[in-house]
Amino acid sequence: MTIAYDTAAQTQDTEDSSLLPVISIENVNKSFSNRKVLDGINLCLKRAETLAVLGRSGTGKSVLLRLIIGLTQPDSGSIRIFGQDLAGLSLDQLGVLRMKMGFLFQHAALYDSLTVAENVAFPLQHHRGDLSTSERSDRVQHLLGEVGMSGDLGKMPSDISGGMQKRVGLARALALEPEILLLDEPTAGLDPISSREIDELILKLQREHQMASIVVTHDLNSAKSISNRLALLDKGKVVIEGKFEDLERSDIEFVRNFLK
Amino acid sequence: MSEPASSGLALDHSRAPDDRSNFAVGMANSSTRAISDFFEWFGNLGIFFWQVCRAAVTPPYEWRELIRQLDEIGSKSLPLVALAGSAIGVVISLEARYSLTRFGAKSLFPATLVYSVIQVMGPIITGLVVSGRVGAGIGAELASMKVSEQIDAIEASAVNPYRLLAATRIVACILMLPLLTIAADACGLLTGWFAQAMVEPLSFHQFIESGFKGATFNAFLPPTFKTAVYGLIIGLIACFQGMNTRGGAEGVGKAATNSVVLGSLFLILADVVLVKFILVVFP
Repeated sequence: MTIAYDTAAQTQDTEDSSLLPVISIENVNKSFSNRKVLDGINLCLKRAETLAVLGRSGTGKSVLLRLIIGLTQPDSGSIRIFGQDLAGLSLDQLGVLRMKMGFLFQHAALYDSLTVAENVAFPLQHHRGDLSTSERSDRVQHLLGEVGMSGDLGKMPSDISGGMQKRVGLARALALEPEILLLDEPTAGLDPISSREIDELILKLQREHQMASIVVTHDLNSAKSISNRLALLDKGKVVIEGKFEDLERSDIEFVRNFLK
Repeated sequence: MSEPASSGLALDHSRAPDDRSNFAVGMANSSTRAISDFFEWFGNLGIFFWQVCRAAVTPPYEWRELIRQLDEIGSKSLPLVALAGSAIGVVISLEARYSLTRFGAKSLFPATLVYSVIQVMGPIITGLVVSGRVGAGIGAELASMKVSEQIDAIEASAVNPYRLLAATRIVACILMLPLLTIAADACGLLTGWFAQAMVEPLSFHQFIESGFKGATFNAFLPPTFKTAVYGLIIGLIACFQGMNTRGGAEGVGKAATNSVVLGSLFLILADVVLVKFILVVFP
């Protein structure tokens, strides 16, 4: 059972722009070395909405995020961000779209030769030339303050814990005030307390910044607490999509096993 | 008891031609694959070079990173290059003195040293030293960034990694190799003269005057500035290997090794072409 999400109808709905999907994924396929990772995926994301993408390891959840930000190209199907098909975009046009998206990598992917503050300042240095050095520094302080890392500006990524790296990665993802936030396993590898802290942080940021987010995770509790909607992937397909209650009511064996 | 053994032997005989033909097919397949991999590698290198060129000439320019790389590749290689140049100067001095004395041409010592160091040994030794130090460094650094998703993070931040990482390093290699070669040449000449002066009196003024007598710019500038091509080769291959790494620590190690091995190999092969080119264009 797949709870359909009528993307076509929503695209046509021009009366209320807030209902327009910021991300629309239609019939996307992706294979690596003859192994189909994504098989006809259809998903969409509205403004200020959080979609949690769940599934077992190796079901293509992270690949989906990489496709959305254009780091990997789909074999077929279309991905539209703010109505623009990624397939038809030049590198510069893709760059403009990427500036509207923040990406938190699974292992944070902090630049190991830069300090915590320099990591957060990186997108600002490249895209906010209008900011003076002191304005940039203030913005970095503010962002790190938001994620509770204001006391670690001068530290190197190797000197901080995994949870702290995720916080810094989140601050970096927020640096350009994105409209879409893509989070790849934000709580993976963290202890329960750090996981809860990261979840609370994401909720706080969603409340304050009203961003649309896609959270890839296999942490059911985390997905339940931070998302409005969930999509469960298995063997490259969306098995079910809807609210958590819809998943709980499902009689699909895979869904029931996953929720156990 | 003997029957099964003989039948087994007979079976082996009957399969021998098949095994030989399977072996031949296997050899042919692996040769075809190796050739196709070779051309694929060159094709990918060409595409990578084109992407770097396009990124390098279009704004915004990464001046800050370029200056950092000029320091990293130039200033930090200087002691090693100077040491290698010094050693080469002494070696050529010792060898040349012995050979020239044997053939009664001792008066040609300064010119032999000057021409050997500046035209032949200085450029190639500088290239190989920089290939070892910088090629391995760039290859390992970019490979490590690749496997830890740092290059993806740069791209996700709407920053072109070809411009930020590859173009700056390749341009820095191109700019720094000739300057490092001049430094290696200077050290080689100085130590070569010193080694000679230790054995018999020869003033530095006399050495330079005699060594450069009748020399033209064509004799020294092309061999020095051909090292810009070495810089392109070292930087391009190291960046390509690093940014196309797969796997974890093993991939990083392979990228570093391949950067040095392929960089040095192509540098020596390019030298063959460049020497011929210089002889034809700057006779």
